[in-house]
Amino acid sequence: MIAIVKYNAGNIGSVKNALHRLNCSCVITDDPKELQAADKVIFPGVGEAQSAMEYLKKHQLVDTIKGLTNPVLGICLGLQLMCSHSEENDTECLGIFKNRIRLFPSTDIVPHMGWNNFDSLRSQLFRGVKTKDDVYFVHSYYAERSQYTIATANYILPFSAALQRDNFYAVQFHPEKSAGIGGQILTNFLSL
Amino acid sequence: MLKKRIIPCLDIKDGRTVKGVNFVDLRDAGDPVALAKTYVEQGADELVFLDITATLENRNARKGMIEKIAAAINIPFTVGGGVRSVEDARMMIQAGADKVSVNSAAVKQPELIAEMAQEFGSQCVVVAVDTKLTGDNWMVYVNGGRNATPHKTLDWCKKVEQLGAGEILLTSMNNDGTKKGFAIDITQAIAAAVNIPVIASGGAGNKEHFKEIFTHSQATGGLAASIFHFGEVSIIDLKHYLKEKGIPIR
Repeated sequence: MIAIVKYNAGNIGSVKNALHRLNCSCVITDDPKELQAADKVIFPGVGEAQSAMEYLKKHQLVDTIKGLTNPVLGICLGLQLMCSHSEENDTECLGIFKNRIRLFPSTDIVPHMGWNNFDSLRSQLFRGVKTKDDVYFVHSYYAERSQYTIATANYILPFSAALQRDNFYAVQFHPEKSAGIGGQILTNFLSL
Repeated sequence: MLKKRIIPCLDIKDGRTVKGVNFVDLRDAGDPVALAKTYVEQGADELVFLDITATLENRNARKGMIEKIAAAINIPFTVGGGVRSVEDARMMIQAGADKVSVNSAAVKQPELIAEMAQEFGSQCVVVAVDTKLTGDNWMVYVNGGRNATPHKTLDWCKKVEQLGAGEILLTSMNNDGTKKGFAIDITQAIAAAVNIPVIASGGAGNKEHFKEIFTHSQATGGLAASIFHFGEVSIIDLKHYLKEKGIPIR
């Protein structure tokens, strides 16, 4: 069973739909036991960092998520919340990745919205994915690159398109909205 | 590199695609879900659904339709038509829409843009702007282009950006339906003046028109309806052509 972390962020239904299209059943839950017992956990989200962190604290999800030992996939805001700090309303985040989340400089259109490719792919998450393949991004804040970076995308500047540390994986783009390539990446995660 | 987006638009009335659809390989060309899936397979980067009935009575039918679309397709989509309140937008987002577009209601009550951005984030908020060259000025029109407003298009677009719009869908009424090409001048004027994505709409009649708008304006996407529905331009051919011409395309 796949568990999707239930919290006050949008887009959770899209991930559920994507899993159903891959014939995969899932439960949307904020119950620590269900999250710990799941085969895999997906931590999705579209929204604002500070209110999301407040919700996670209030529902005792901070330690639960940090303590998970099953494979976890953060998506978009999920990735940002898994980092140490976000410039979005100066928010302390989970700190699974020691990356900082910064606002894109406004030298080009912000948000970074649309299909973009990535490179320096180094993870089983990208099996069958090529650097010229495009995935769908929508974000105004980005994760700086670090030792955990497993894919780099370029928009205004190079940033982490994906991160990994041990069982924790995270992608800045939306695999659930990235057509066949996104489906491939989700399938790769599900078969870890 | 960020790619330019090709966006088919489906007009929906009473749950069916209208404006005519002429796809030989579709069993039911009026079914928006079937048509949407076909476009996704052909490589559409995003879809826009405009519900032109959008009355209170068909609210539930509409919710059901958005849910069906969300379950069926794996690319982002915008839903619009008759959005008057944050509650209207919430229903659409909860049903699975990635973005909601507002038009007339935003002109009547601009604070709706700010409220939606606050509630769902700017990335969910598309402001559709219908514009017509009136004398020397591009002006904003509402209610399906029937009513003039006192707003100059450039000023209105700057204002909606300030209020928190995440994207502008700019339709030139002078060009819409002519198949003579997008309105390059006003599209570029808006794209240069705001720092949010601008989608060009109205006037696309062939592949060259997309090349023109992407070459001569900073529009990040091009939207069209009937040329795709009638198969006059296939998305596969269009994207292949634009790539050959050096336009960044998925």
